[in-house]
Amino acid sequence: MEEEQGLHLITHTAETADRLRRFRLVSAPYQARCNESAPVDLDALAGCLSSSACLVTQTTSGLIIGMLLFLVAVGLTLIFGVLKIVNFSHGAFYMFGAYFAMTAYQLTGSFALAMLAGAAGTAILGLIFERVFMSRVYGADVLMQLLVCYAFVLIFDDVVRLIWGPEFRSMGMPAAFQVMPLFIAGGVVPPYYLLLIGVALLAAIVLGIGLSRSRIGKVIRAAAHNPGMVSALGINTGLIYGGVFALGGMLAGLAGALAAPVRSLTPGMGFSVLIESFIVTVIGGMGSIVGALVGALLLGLIRSFGSLGFPLFTEGLMYLFMVIVLVSKPTGLFGKEAA
Amino acid sequence: MTRTRTPGISRRSTLALMGAGAMSVAAPWVARAQAKTIKIGMPTILSGRVAQLGTSSRNAVMLEVDKVNAAGGLAGRQIEMVIRDSKGQPQEAARVARELVNTDGCEWLIDGEASSGSFAVHEVARDLGVLCVHTCSEASSLTADPKQHIPNAFRCVRQGIHDSIVGGSYAASISKAKGLKKWATCSPDYAYGRDTTGEFTLYLKRFAPDVEIISESWPKLFQPDYTEVVTKILQAKPQALYSCLWGGDLTSYIDQANIYAMFGQMEVFAVNMADYTALTVVKNLPKGIHSGNRYIKSFPTTPENAAWGDAYKAKYNEYPTNWSWQNATAVMFLAEAAKKANSTDGKKIAEVLKGLTIKCPFGTDGTVTMRGDDHTLVGYAIGWGTTIPQEPYVPEVKAGDWKTIFELEAEWKKSKGYT
Repeated sequence: MEEEQGLHLITHTAETADRLRRFRLVSAPYQARCNESAPVDLDALAGCLSSSACLVTQTTSGLIIGMLLFLVAVGLTLIFGVLKIVNFSHGAFYMFGAYFAMTAYQLTGSFALAMLAGAAGTAILGLIFERVFMSRVYGADVLMQLLVCYAFVLIFDDVVRLIWGPEFRSMGMPAAFQVMPLFIAGGVVPPYYLLLIGVALLAAIVLGIGLSRSRIGKVIRAAAHNPGMVSALGINTGLIYGGVFALGGMLAGLAGALAAPVRSLTPGMGFSVLIESFIVTVIGGMGSIVGALVGALLLGLIRSFGSLGFPLFTEGLMYLFMVIVLVSKPTGLFGKEAA
Repeated sequence: MTRTRTPGISRRSTLALMGAGAMSVAAPWVARAQAKTIKIGMPTILSGRVAQLGTSSRNAVMLEVDKVNAAGGLAGRQIEMVIRDSKGQPQEAARVARELVNTDGCEWLIDGEASSGSFAVHEVARDLGVLCVHTCSEASSLTADPKQHIPNAFRCVRQGIHDSIVGGSYAASISKAKGLKKWATCSPDYAYGRDTTGEFTLYLKRFAPDVEIISESWPKLFQPDYTEVVTKILQAKPQALYSCLWGGDLTSYIDQANIYAMFGQMEVFAVNMADYTALTVVKNLPKGIHSGNRYIKSFPTTPENAAWGDAYKAKYNEYPTNWSWQNATAVMFLAEAAKKANSTDGKKIAEVLKGLTIKCPFGTDGTVTMRGDDHTLVGYAIGWGTTIPQEPYVPEVKAGDWKTIFELEAEWKKSKGYT
């Protein structure tokens, strides 16, 4: 059988080989249908949807793309909701998170410390950035805010270039995660991605509950609604603004840190993530956390299943979806009317 | 009464400046003819995502120029390199090239541009008639297409079509030995990715006719995440995968494919893997990836090549790149031609360069040749091998056969209407 020959390189256990073979057999019907590549390949998509192996693999693939995107987009949407600022420099925090994590990992060898460094480092950076620069342009016109942010996109990229060099870097996968992927219902799921989805999900839950239930959450929501009143009640709004910006930066930094083992690090790596985050916030609705989650997951799933059904049009599909949402519900799926 | 002198430029110095300016504008050749040193201009990419390659080109040129200067220069003239950043933009490359000749008085050009910019610099060379050696552009048409041919331009670079022939025949031999019939491809979605993949599969199928391409993926250039591409390929279950992703894209792809254990499930042919920039960055390099050679110290397996790689590393604290050896070779060619012609006259050098064979650490038999009829480099070390996770990274490289390359290249040229 031809099936056997692809396996000869595996140096792992016989059990693994057996699982891989099962994986091949389970998704055989799908495979038979994807033997040609066309611009629109609905057969491949339908075949995948009817095979549990393919379904599981592509869904987790969509989830990890979506969850990382969510971490970046939620900070963007939070900062917009409370500070009323479109933070164009948000991608830089994702980049810094990745670089901080790589450096911490190289120095300590500890994955947990690397994640912590990514998140904490960007939180501090966010706080400084907000207090020293962004706080000066609140209430200024949008163009002014945009220019300040854009200037910092360029400055941050060059800072990274100065400190870590212009060439691409790689953090490497920690040994603990260099294991064979799990096989769930015939689909392939790498353990690291399970961790990644878990951490992002946890962040989403903590954030959601924290904002809706805790006292700080209430103050933040109040500050978003009527900052003058909150300030009159003796609450330091500057602190809240700084805190929210730091929180947004931290989440983006965490996303960068989590992505560092699997994505190459370059100055300017935050840019494409930023663009996709904007699509997410436009789809989900500016200022809505649930919207960011749903938008990010939708985008992830569009990518993973779209690449099967529309191999030459995956990128366009995302934008098409955004256009449809904008036309049918201009404030986004979860956006408030006339916020 | 006192006259206060107004601050600023005095009338006298203004006149002097204007005079000097007029002199140099009116008679640039005076300055040029008197110069004891020979200026060579070089536009290359020193900023942006591929800056590392441009820097490695500059490093290699300087390494060789220092040697030439220490040995007395070109026909008695010391070389002065004028190296400028083109930012990788064709129009900027053309502007810089023109400025180097017209304003800086460079007599020759070394064109350190990627394929996009090299065509622009080529037009400048055609226009100004200066001697120009392309050192980085692998696009075959630059020299294969007779419309591009000019007497004063040469290409000292490996060539896309050569790589495709060698890659295709190597992959076909592995295919036959291991029965790999179902192939997938995954390459970046732009001209280089499409052309290179097309040529590779053309020759793969020619040498192994029963090969079938069952899945194609075209991720965007510089795409951060390849997960959906990786899982798509896993679903298609090919027996082998070809990719011409490069640099940070390739290392990202490997990191992401690694955690899906992709490299255990199929043979992977990644033409741009065996380049130190990628090899030294990937932390968990899988064993057994097939790759073409770019620059590797261990191929050709000669003491000269190893010594050159070590000397470069000693000076710049990193390994050379593919662009490095090509630029070094260009300087070797120019030095040898100047010696033969005993002149630095561009026209004479161009005459000598045609068909010139020189001793070179990067030659497949210790020499490389500047082919006379299409002004392009042949006889350089070209081959494929498999990776291991630590130095020397690619322990054994199977050399391509230049006789086959020449035959198929001639056939390809005919099919394109070039001959």
